[in-house]
Order: sequence, then C-alpha cells, then structure tokens
Amino acid sequence: MFYREAGDYKTSYVDDSQTFPIALDRRIYMAAAVLAFLVVPFVMTDYLVNAIMMPFLIFAIAALGLNILTGYCGQVSLGTGGFMAVGAYSTYKLMTAFPDLNIFFIVILSGIITAGVGVLFGLPSLRIKGFYLAVATLAAQFFLVWMFNKVGWFYNYSASGQISAPERTVLGQAVTGANAAPWVSYLFCLVFVFALAWLTRNLTRGRIGRSWMAIRDMDIAAEIIGVNPLRTKLSAFAISSFYIGISGSLFFAVYLGAAEVGEAFGIQKSFLVLFMIIIGGLGSIFGSFAGAAFMVLLPVILKLFFADFIGWPTDLVAHLNFIIVGGLIVFFLIVEPHGLAALWRTIKEKLRLWPFPH
Amino acid sequence: MNDMSPDSYTTADGRTIGGKIMEVKNITLRFGGVVAIKDISFDIREGEIRAIIGPNGAGKSSMLNVINGFYHPQEGEILFRGEKRGPMKPYQIAQQGIARTFQNIALFKGMSTLDNIMTGRFTHMKAPVWKQAIWRGEAEREEIENREVVEKIIDFLEIQAIRKTPVGRLPYGLQKRVELGRALAAEPKLLLLDEPMAGMNVEEKEDMSRFILDVNDEFGTTIALIEHDMGVVMDISDRVVVLDYGKKIGDGTPDEVRANPEVIDAYLGVSHD
Repeated sequence: MFYREAGDYKTSYVDDSQTFPIALDRRIYMAAAVLAFLVVPFVMTDYLVNAIMMPFLIFAIAALGLNILTGYCGQVSLGTGGFMAVGAYSTYKLMTAFPDLNIFFIVILSGIITAGVGVLFGLPSLRIKGFYLAVATLAAQFFLVWMFNKVGWFYNYSASGQISAPERTVLGQAVTGANAAPWVSYLFCLVFVFALAWLTRNLTRGRIGRSWMAIRDMDIAAEIIGVNPLRTKLSAFAISSFYIGISGSLFFAVYLGAAEVGEAFGIQKSFLVLFMIIIGGLGSIFGSFAGAAFMVLLPVILKLFFADFIGWPTDLVAHLNFIIVGGLIVFFLIVEPHGLAALWRTIKEKLRLWPFPH
Repeated sequence: MNDMSPDSYTTADGRTIGGKIMEVKNITLRFGGVVAIKDISFDIREGEIRAIIGPNGAGKSSMLNVINGFYHPQEGEILFRGEKRGPMKPYQIAQQGIARTFQNIALFKGMSTLDNIMTGRFTHMKAPVWKQAIWRGEAEREEIENREVVEKIIDFLEIQAIRKTPVGRLPYGLQKRVELGRALAAEPKLLLLDEPMAGMNVEEKEDMSRFILDVNDEFGTTIALIEHDMGVVMDISDRVVVLDYGKKIGDGTPDEVRANPEVIDAYLGVSHD
C-alpha cells in the first residue's frame, strides 16, 4: 500500500541501477542521514554515545570490511582482531611520530598500512581455501597480537605495555584524548562510516564487486571470463583490511583512548565481527549495519531488562547473552544463511504486495 | 594472421568461412600413466561451427580444457590467430578472446542474470579501482555502456523477464541460456561450448540450436562445440572432428564423418570375428 514501485518509472540505465530503486526507500535513508548528522549529536547522552553509538559505528566499519572479504569475495577470515590492532598501533606510532599531522589523515594512513599487512596475509589465499584459509588467518591473528605485545618499539617501550592516544583536534575540537566531547567523537566516526559505506556500495556494484562475487560463487568460471584470481582475492584482502584498519584506529584512538593489545584486539574481536556479518547478512551492506547494531545492542538491552529491571545478577545476564548469540548463530546458519538482511528483503517483498498475498 | 587466406570459401547458406583461427598440433596430454589425449591435431576456421564428438571418455572435454588453459599438455602446441601460444593461465586466454561454457552449469549462483552477463564484460571494462570507488564519471559511464551491450544480448536470448532474478532460481534450460549469454558478453573470437544441449528436452534443444546458429550467423563468432546428440551435431556443424580413446579417428564434413568406417565402429562397436 505505502511501499510501492508502481509509478516510479525508470527510463534510463542510470535510474535502474541506483542504490535505492524505490522512492520511499530513498526518503527513509535520506531522513536517517539527516537524523544521524543533525539531530542525534545534540540530543544524546554520554551513556548512549559510549554504550551504543560509538561501538555501533566503529564495528559497522569493521563489519563492512569483513563483509567485503567474506561476504562478497568468499574468503573466510578470523584475523579481524589482529588487523584492527595493526590499525590501532599504526595510529599510535603515527600520532607520536608526527604530532602535527591531522588525526583525520592519520586514521586514513593507518587504514592504508593495514591494507598492506592484509595483502601479505592474503597471499596464501590463492593456494588454500575455506576452512584452511580461516586457520591461516587465525595464525595472522595470534602472530600480530604476539608481535604487538613483544616488540617494544610498537608501544614506544612504555612500562605498562599499553598504548594511549594523546589529544588531537579537528577544526579546533578535541577528537581524541580525555577532553574530547562525545558528540565530536561521534561525528568524527560518523563521517568515516558514511564515506566508507558509500565506497562499499560503489565498489560492490561495479566491475570489481562482480569479480569478487564471481570468485566467491564459482572461481573456475570467473577465471575463464578473464578474472585474475590472485589479484582479485588480494584486492579484496587489501580493501577489507583498509576498512578494518580504520575501524581499529578509531576504536583505539577515539573510543578507548588507551588499549592493551591482547584485551582490546584479541580473538574475541575476530569472532564478534564474524558473528555480526553472519547474523546481519553475508554480502550485504545493510546486513553489516544490522549485524553491528544487533551485536552491540543485545548485551545492553539484556542488561537493562534483566539486570536493572528484573534484578538478576549481572554475570548471569552476561552468560545469557552468550547463550542467545550462540543459539542465533546456529539458527541463522541453518535457517537463513543470509541473515537479517535477507529477512528484511523478504519483509520488503511482502510489503510491496500487501495487502495481497502474492 | 591468415584470416584472408586463399582457402576461404562460402558455405551453401551464404556464410564466409575464413582461414585457420586456431590450430591444434600434435597435442598429447597425460595424467600420470593415463594418456587422455594422444597426438591430436586439428584446426578451427574463422566463422565456422566446429563440432568435437566422440564416445564417453574420448578426451573431448580434456581437449577443451587444454584449449582454454586448465590443462597444460606435455607435448604439442596451439596456434591462435597464427601465433604460437606459450603456457598461459585461463584468465590470460580469456583476455585473448576465447570464451566457453561448461557441461555442468557454472553460473554465479548468488548473482542476478544481469550481473552474471555483466561479469562476462569483465575484459572490456577498464576503469581503475579508485574510479570505481568514486563511481560518478568514468566508472558509471563505462557501466552504462556495457549495460547497453548486455541488454542487446538479453534481447537476443529472449531472457528480458528474468533480468533481475537470481540465477539459482531459474530452471535448467534458462540457466544454460544465461551461461551462453555470459560467454557471448565477452564478444569472443572463439566460443567453446561444452555440451550446450546436455539434459535438455527436444524443444529446449531446438531453441539452443537456433541460438548457436544465430550467434554464428549474426555475430560471425567462430564456435567449437562438444555435443552428444548426433542429430544436432550433423545438422548445425560445418566440420566435425571425432575422438575415441584420446585419438583422432575422423575429421571432415558431417557427411564424410558419417561414412567413415572407423567412426561407425567407435559408435556402434565392432564385431571381433
């Protein structure tokens, strides 16, 4: 009734291949953008920012990155935490080595450095596939965390072994450090999320995105139409790691402020981001956001409801969180491998026809 | 290049058959002790429909895999458009203008019909990655230009209605058609079809035969095909090469091949009296 494509005529291929082909969708996303940029920063509380918005934005970037590699190109990776650590430590080294360099460029440079590291660990992907590649990236995860722990140069030989972000400003407002206002940090991350989501959409709808999906769906057939498998897989590793590096950089510099590698970027982070894209939807930009929102919101909502409202002990609620997430992973893998995004698509299909069944 | 060689001729239905676009010379392919292909030579002429037939295990698919680079033969050489081909990877051979379809459909299941055929345009798209990331400008222009080419192929194959359908949901016959479309999108100089009619009913076979003839006639594409249905092969091909146990036992026009006693023996068996 309300969600219709009737009357929304496409008269050119440009119109036909636009991101949101249905007019109502376009308006909804436009409204969401306005809300996110102009309303949310001024109405939200510090608690909302720290517990929900910042982790959501930062992990959405990581989920987008992993989705490019795993969802679009079909290369399973368990090294997300390690690559986030590369982004974080690059940021730390760059911040301390070049105090005058704007944090904005530092974050992007950290992404580029991580892209290089990602390509290095992506090299085995030509020879090994599936489960074995996952194990190889797991090795990357453990190696990187070990390296950042062991080699003092990375944390400037600080006694605690921790890295902490000094204060840096953008347009006169502190973004990192103790004096950063929550709304500034939020907007800083939001700009990255927006730009990266837009880039993902462009990359996945064009030539390179189709070559990723071709490698994922049928690598032999991809090769006989001219797709170079090594270059395609490495490009996915590079771009995916770029995203994950930026996410790690923001996670350390803007969100945490100080980090210890094993705790902040351990194997749990790899699994967290992997769960996000499985629950959200493999090979879907919307799914990356949905999965990140779900995994960030679930523990908060459970805590609010069971611990604060009903009064259960908090450790019990934390365990409940694990049980629910574990159950949902199994559920989604069996029932809906394309996650929340596929559910959302089904709902939209139904809405287009409503009130008729078909 | 010997396109304009003096031995070009015109067929009864008015198509011009040119010189040799591909020459396969003394190819031998072994897997350990098993000899899959033994000293086979034949050529494919520009503009013709060339069939490769033979009983099961004769080495037909292996031959196709040698031509497009999945297998590297131990002996022999391949000349494409007059030039000797070194050891190449399948994607490099694709870039030279050789496309193919598979016996078991090898479509990209998670993508729509349109995206599958668009992927076939891969070698014709040149915008660098950073321009694709920005999209506006060169990448978008290139996408639209290639979309126009793809839409022509979609019209040609009469699959307009399933443009946006994920190919995994399509029936078998249509999937075969989409796969042909993907190979055509590359605008190949030589098109290899591995059993394009396997598992089809009579009507689907008729449709597919018509498409193959039209591709050859309208686009002038040279086609080499493997097929088991003798009726179809004899009807549509200009020349036929017959393999049996990895050896070539016949080569010539359909009528010549049909009259060849060795071919008859291979297909009908031979009495050992």
